[in-house]
Amino acid sequence: MASSAVLARPAQADAGSPAAECRDLTVHFASERRTVTALERVSLTVAEGSFLTVLGPSGCGKSTLLRVMADIIQPSAGSMRVLGGTPAEARRNRQIGFVFQDATLLPWRTALDNVRLPLEVGGRHELPSGSMGPEELLALVGLTGWEKALPHELSGGMRQRVSIARALLGGPRVLLMDEPFGALDEITRDRLNEELLRIWRETGTTIVFVTHSIYEAAFLGQQVLMLAARPGRVREIVTIDLPEPRHLSMRETPAFTAQAAHLRAVLETC
Amino acid sequence: MASDLTMPLATDSPDIIWSAAQRRERWRRRLLPLAGAAMLLFVWWALIAVFHVRSFIAPAPDVVALTFYQKFDMLMANLGPTALEAVCGFALGNTAAIAIATVFVHRKSVEQAFFPIAVLLHSIPVVATAPILVLLLGNGLAPKVSIAAIICFFPTLVNMVRGLESVGAQSMELMHVLSATPREVFFKLRVPTSLPFLFSALRIAASTATVGAIVGEWIGSQVGIGALIIQATYNFDSALLYATVLCGSVFSVAFFQLIRLIERLVVRWDAGVV
Repeated sequence: MASSAVLARPAQADAGSPAAECRDLTVHFASERRTVTALERVSLTVAEGSFLTVLGPSGCGKSTLLRVMADIIQPSAGSMRVLGGTPAEARRNRQIGFVFQDATLLPWRTALDNVRLPLEVGGRHELPSGSMGPEELLALVGLTGWEKALPHELSGGMRQRVSIARALLGGPRVLLMDEPFGALDEITRDRLNEELLRIWRETGTTIVFVTHSIYEAAFLGQQVLMLAARPGRVREIVTIDLPEPRHLSMRETPAFTAQAAHLRAVLETC
Repeated sequence: MASDLTMPLATDSPDIIWSAAQRRERWRRRLLPLAGAAMLLFVWWALIAVFHVRSFIAPAPDVVALTFYQKFDMLMANLGPTALEAVCGFALGNTAAIAIATVFVHRKSVEQAFFPIAVLLHSIPVVATAPILVLLLGNGLAPKVSIAAIICFFPTLVNMVRGLESVGAQSMELMHVLSATPREVFFKLRVPTSLPFLFSALRIAASTATVGAIVGEWIGSQVGIGALIIQATYNFDSALLYATVLCGSVFSVAFFQLIRLIERLVVRWDAGVV
């Protein structure tokens, strides 16, 4: 069962390689008793500079897809290209930023030292010229004045902001986010959603954002990749037609409600 | 919590009243244990006085205090070797445990081969092996240091292995995405993660190393707290026996508190926060 789709490129993107491209990507996980197929023949192109959200029921392989892009999981079959090369090359060249569900901060380091961590490991001790420094990135995520705070002195939302700043250090061209706001309360989540769109506009980074919230998927994504479960495969790619820049109040408009209703209808078939 | 950092200074009156109440509560918590101890000492003294217990069976607290004062120099001369043995054994046993835990974490097959043996050896009562070590190592410092070291070794090994392996899956993925080398993962992630585990083992080791040194001195030793305990018992010098035990206890508690102080200076974070 092959499913394939090509995402439309935004007009301003260059004509180079797409941010990510997979062909017939299949991932099996072998456990002691049986083999689970997390992804089956997924084909997909993510245009550079775009914002793609990935939505699907649990077990649809959304996190697995993200982890193949980040070179954390190796595909069983098929291919994955990131920025024209292998995921391992993109990882080694620090072109990938990853934001986990938990902030995954090192609790003994201050906010600033957590953002600085990428400069201390992996043999990359210098920032590429022109990219934002740790202090600037903390300012970008709205944490000026909190540089010296330890993670346990920050709220859950603030910790996730630090983790976003860390992922953005060195100016990665692809930012992969795995349900980053899933553990936060709704008010914090709404605020961070709007701020993430601002950060996306300001940095021009391609963002692939996994979520299990229909509203989050529709509000953030230019397109929503909908995956069906067991085995994980592409059900549909929905283009979200909302005026830019988006604001939270748009979620009450009939256009947004219609998009969300469509996503919900597709989700029921996944 | 975040609000702690932005909280204004206590300037208005309800805050002052509140902080005065807090201060009173703090003093109450400090003074009550002292009052409890004083009461127990009084009960001890009263029991001896009321039942006319003879001094060589059980001395009264004031007699013990007097002996402690009069024989202070002699007690300190004997505490010296015991403290040296305990501290050397502590250093040796814990260093070995940390080194072996490091090997275990990096070589899974070595861990699978030797960890069960370590757990098995752990169940041998170390006190029972003391005569063997004295036979093997003679009557100097070596057997006492060895016993103290062996007593420290196993709890630290077990805790350190657990600490080094308690790194979260997402933290490991983060290090992979950052292309960190195994050495960087070890020093930037595993070692700091293991520190709270290590210190909880070291705190216990501070007390048990002292026990190990004293037990080592029970067998054919001429100096040390352990030797003094045996001599005082044989001479029915109960006041000296109690004063010696007190001396060993004070050292043990001081060693424990020193480790706790170092822990507070080193581990300043809340390990539960990711």
